[in-house]
Amino acid sequence: MSGLVAAIGFWLVAWAVNSALARSAWSRTRAVRIAIPVIFGLAVLVLWQGVVTGLGVPEVVLPAPTSIGAAIAGNLPVLWVDFVQTILKGGLAGYLIGSAAAVLVAVLVDRVPFLKRGLLPIGNFVAALPIVGIAPIMVMWFGFDWQSKAAVVVVMVFFPVLVNMVAGLEASERMQRDLMATWGASYGQTLLRLRLPAAMPFLFNGLKIASTLALIGAIVAENFGSPTLGMGFRISTAVGQLALPLVWAEIAVAAVAGSTFYGLVALVERGVTFWHPSQRAT
Amino acid sequence: MRNAGAILGVLLLILVLWYLGTIWLNAAWVYDQAARAGTEVGWRDLVFGTMAQERPVLPPPHQVLGELWQGVTSYAVTSKKSLVYHGYVTLTATFWGFVLGTGLGIVMAMGIVRSRTLDLGLMPWAIISQTVPIVAIAPMIVVLSNSLGLGDQLGVSNRLVSKTIIAAYLSYFPVLVGMIKGLRSPDPMQLDLLHTYGASVGQGFAKLRLPASVPYLFASLKVGIAASLVGAIVGELPTGAVEGLGARMLVGSQFGSPVMVWAALFAAAILAGVLILVVRAIESVVLQGMGVRS
Repeated sequence: MSGLVAAIGFWLVAWAVNSALARSAWSRTRAVRIAIPVIFGLAVLVLWQGVVTGLGVPEVVLPAPTSIGAAIAGNLPVLWVDFVQTILKGGLAGYLIGSAAAVLVAVLVDRVPFLKRGLLPIGNFVAALPIVGIAPIMVMWFGFDWQSKAAVVVVMVFFPVLVNMVAGLEASERMQRDLMATWGASYGQTLLRLRLPAAMPFLFNGLKIASTLALIGAIVAENFGSPTLGMGFRISTAVGQLALPLVWAEIAVAAVAGSTFYGLVALVERGVTFWHPSQRAT
Repeated sequence: MRNAGAILGVLLLILVLWYLGTIWLNAAWVYDQAARAGTEVGWRDLVFGTMAQERPVLPPPHQVLGELWQGVTSYAVTSKKSLVYHGYVTLTATFWGFVLGTGLGIVMAMGIVRSRTLDLGLMPWAIISQTVPIVAIAPMIVVLSNSLGLGDQLGVSNRLVSKTIIAAYLSYFPVLVGMIKGLRSPDPMQLDLLHTYGASVGQGFAKLRLPASVPYLFASLKVGIAASLVGAIVGELPTGAVEGLGARMLVGSQFGSPVMVWAALFAAAILAGVLILVVRAIESVVLQGMGVRS
């Protein structure tokens, strides 16, 4: 019980520190902006640990953060193999193929006004559909290994990236395009020097949405058949064996991989679209 | 609707490509059969042979629509074979997840707009929560709601509880983001005016911030309901569910029946379209009632 009291005490102290930091003169500095969510997350973890040990919650319901940490440390090779199979082979390969295809199709669509008017509303609608449902079909077509997972990811990321890229190619202003025309720039030159750079903020918006979808697709597809490795496979079998710390370890890896993936895309975005107002603000 | 012609044109193009793909992908089976029977395959045999296979690689659109039609009309609504029944099961989880997620999103947005500590502390975690592939957590949530017996206490099945939680998890974020934007949308001049009237924080919230956020809220609700449906379907996959559109897909893939999977997929797409239309209709009624000019 004392553990629970200590955890609640820690929570209150952390909250007070956060409030003070948020109101302080340094609340806009970078260090504080990072420190506050870190303290918040830490407080949640401590509270979690305190509740689980303090109230004696059985491990089947919710393992304590320390036992999840132990499971991560004890299963590193397994976690790594699953990470490579699901994230790198299934997710990343599909993400790259799907995004590249979407950008190419967007440039093609942009040249044909008929396609643009017709395909864009359809693309918008398809982007809102539960596309994960094609997973069983892809598994039938491409087999159990990572190729079918990559195929699901390709279709899932294609439409959000396509819709955003087509919108992005529209983003340059009439005046700017006219200026390019007065300089005698060809279609290719205008595309390369003006319209593609102008489309980048839109493209990265789509790429960020797609980065989350890619992992969801890769993991869901494993429910429809997979070789005996991969994160989705491991989670469903470990749940069956009630090896819950291992399940949470996989979840932690998925969470870290998802956040890192998103962070990397955001980092590249910062480098590519450094000129955009949204990037200059901070 | 000046785009209607172009949309129809593109749809027609997709249909033609689909039929060509059907012939191309299913041809192997026709040739296989002909080789066994020792007959030649003419192009007529090829076309007709690929259109009505038991287990096609790619079923043609009319076969999928036929299965869909049969699934909707030829069984009683309560039958386990009826797609209406499975759609209803998925719809229930979608609806409750949507309600829960929307409520959570609005409450969190109110807290974040009100408290700077929450803004700085909670918002980064809300963003991180969306980069976590939810499906990884889905089996976990099933175990949790089973062992806690949440469903028994609420008088519904545990499966519905877990699906609802997953749907809510996916749908709260768009609402949160839209609501924050909406609650912050009144400009300083309007806030100052209320201040000079001596309005309290609560009054300013009820009379200015909340009404101003409604258009933003509806924009997010349209994204949220689609996300909620995805959550409900995904939630059915790892839970060993036997009812619902997601379960239909799983069963179809296990029994090697592609037509069944495609029919469930189409049913889910139609459901998504209908749900978005419903939200849009409510939006136009509410906005008109509030006097927003469109």
